[in-house]
Formats: sequence, structure tokens, C-alpha cells
Amino acid sequence: MSLSPDFSLLLYEGRGSQPLDPERRFALCAALLDRGYSLSRAGLGARLAPGQKALIVLGEFDRGQAPDLEDADGAIALSACDITGLDPAAVTDLVERRRGDRPMNQPGLWKPWFPVIDYSRCTNCMQCLSFCLFDVYGVSKEGKLQVQNNDNCKTNCPACSRVCPEVAIMFPKYSSGPINGEPVSDSDIKREKMKVDISALLGGDLYARLRERSDEAKSRFSQERDASKALAERKKCLAKLMAEGMIPADVLASLPSPDEIQRRAAAAAARAEAALADAPLP
Amino acid sequence: MSAPRLLYCRCAYAQVLPQEVKDGVLRHLCSAAQPFESVADLCEMSARRDPRLAELASSDLKIIACHPRAVKWLFHAANAPLPESTEIVNLRSLSTAEACQLLPPPA
Ligand code: SF4
Ligand code: SF4
Repeated sequence: MSLSPDFSLLLYEGRGSQPLDPERRFALCAALLDRGYSLSRAGLGARLAPGQKALIVLGEFDRGQAPDLEDADGAIALSACDITGLDPAAVTDLVERRRGDRPMNQPGLWKPWFPVIDYSRCTNCMQCLSFCLFDVYGVSKEGKLQVQNNDNCKTNCPACSRVCPEVAIMFPKYSSGPINGEPVSDSDIKREKMKVDISALLGGDLYARLRERSDEAKSRFSQERDASKALAERKKCLAKLMAEGMIPADVLASLPSPDEIQRRAAAAAARAEAALADAPLP
Repeated sequence: MSAPRLLYCRCAYAQVLPQEVKDGVLRHLCSAAQPFESVADLCEMSARRDPRLAELASSDLKIIACHPRAVKWLFHAANAPLPESTEIVNLRSLSTAEACQLLPPPA
């Protein structure tokens, strides 16, 4: 879903145009925003971000005549549209036509659903990476947990937020806190402590041991990993999360086969192990 | 010190903000003299690492969106960390009247 728009919209009310009535301004802004457009309301000009190639200027221009605009450097395609007398739906249609085939996402076609990490809480324990079967998480060059594949995340499934012992994973579009970004309270932390212990999935105090970075710890890790036990634990964990309403039925239905789950879980655990072994001690 | 640049998020892709609050606040912004920036959905922009977030984060901002913790880390996720001084008006927890109190008055 990487459809980055390369154009900007400006609602212009400066020299050579009529100021808009506040209610009309509101109706225009609401209609364009609800269609997925971002816009600046300005008297003088817009600041364009790097990579922007076009600017569409909307205004009620004097004599109903949109001016001819030209970028002195020729880097930006400028176009002005006169919107005098047009209702918000007609203005939105006009913008749609001006946009042509320039790419953008639109509301209704997709829901921005992905984990957002609160790094002031994250301890880099990698439990989320070990848990997720869809490769949403990865590790940065510096050995830090990262969300790398947003688009793999299953819409409306916030299950990985429940495996984070630090309440560091947010889904801003979720209905309730602290997953939606509300401040984390003491009772949230206590509740998180009682929840699914994901580390049990992959061999007891694996994470603490890895942090010790001793050879002994590393070799015990490989001996203790028992694939069938891990799978049974994962199933228990998934069932518990489902009972709590944390995993939508369609996500459960799309889970891979047990063998595939086992393979992916092992791959994710190996990545987590490698990252932890390389990471500087906290 | 000049007033911070205003940025309004419409939460258009999955409306978690109460409709009457986001409409009431947008109406208020539209009746004030100060220009403002508005975006359809900060989550959507963060998801695709929109370079406009970095341009916005480079200025002194007052963001009108949802929970400050979510907004702060959404910008961070898009490689556009917000300055510590950024103010965030939370339309998920405030009423329209409470939110508008924190914004420039009508012209
Ligand atoms: S489970 Fe939580 S604390 Fe651990 S790496 Fe993931 S986000 Fe960070
Ligand atoms: S930042 Fe908050 S208000 Fe804006 S789109 Fe995301 S959830 Fe909605």
C-alpha cells in the first residue's frame, strides 16, 4: 500500500482571490479530507515536502478566472482551479480530474493497521518478533526491534500487542487503551504480567539467558527447544488470545498449516536469537 | 515567539475520533484567522513513510489528532521524530469545547 502522493493541495485565500465564508471553508476541507486528500489552508503559499512534483491551488479567484501559474525552476507542476460556485462534491470531482493518474490511497479501500512501537517502553526483548508468524517485525542494523513489513499485518488483529511484556506495542486504530496509545497505567502493567507468557513458547527463560550471552546459555537454548512442545504452547496461546477476542476469526482462518507455523516460528525465533546475541547488553 | 503551525488529522481511513468532535474542531479551525495544515490520516501517512511527515516535523507544531503517545511514535515510525516541544491535542479524550479552548480563537 505504498502509494505516496507526489502532489499537494492548497486552499488559497490570498491576493487575487475572495476569502471564503467559514462554513464553506469547513465543508470544502471536510469533503476533501474524507476523500483522502491532505490540504493546506493558506493565504500566501504552501511548503512542499521533498519529492512533491505538483501543486493544485484551489480558490475563488477574481472574476472567476484561475491564474496561469508557473514554477520558476520548472520543478513543480502548478495548476490553479477556480471553485467559485462549486459545491464540495463538485470541487472534489474537479480535484480528482486534476490529479489524473497520480497515485494515492483512498479511505475505504484499505485500513492503516500495523503495530507502532513505543520505544520509550520497548526493552528489545524480541518476543513480538518471535510471536508474529507474518514477518511483520525485523531487526535494524543496530540490532533494534523494528516494524518492517506493515502490509503483512492482519487487519484488526492486535494479538502481538498482548505478548509484549512492556505494553510497548500500539495499534492507534484500536478501540481501547492502552493498545490505542492511551497512557499506560500501573494496572495495565499488572495485567500484562498475568497474560500469556510467550517466552514459555520457546523454552522458559530463554530471553534472560540469551542476555547473559554465555556459551552455556546459548547451547541450552538449542537443547531446550522442543518443536512439538513449542507448537502446543503456541496453540494454547492463540486459543487464549482468541477467547479474549484479540484475534479476529478471519485471521485464525488464514493461519498457515501446523507444519508451516512451526517452520515460521522457528525462523522467527532464530532471528530473535541472533539479534539478541549480537545486541549490546541493556 | 510565533504561534506553532497547526496540523489537523481527520482520521479518515478508520474513524476512531468521534465525528462531532472532529467536525466541531475543524469548523473552529476554519473560523480562525490562522492558516493550518490538514491531513486525511496520519496513520496512513506513517504506514507508507510519507516524506511530508518529516517536513511537518521540522517545524514547531501543534497537532490535533488522538492520543499523544500514538501520534509521537507514528511520526517516529516514519523516520520523522517530533521535537519534544510538539503539542498534541487529543480528540479521543477531549470534548469539542475543551479541544477548541486549546486552539486559536475565531477571527
Ligand atoms: S515484545 Fe515489546 S518490549 Fe519486546 S521487543 Fe517487542 S515491542 Fe519491544
Ligand atoms: S493519528 Fe490518531 S487521529 Fe490520526 S489517523 Fe491515526 S488514529 Fe486517527
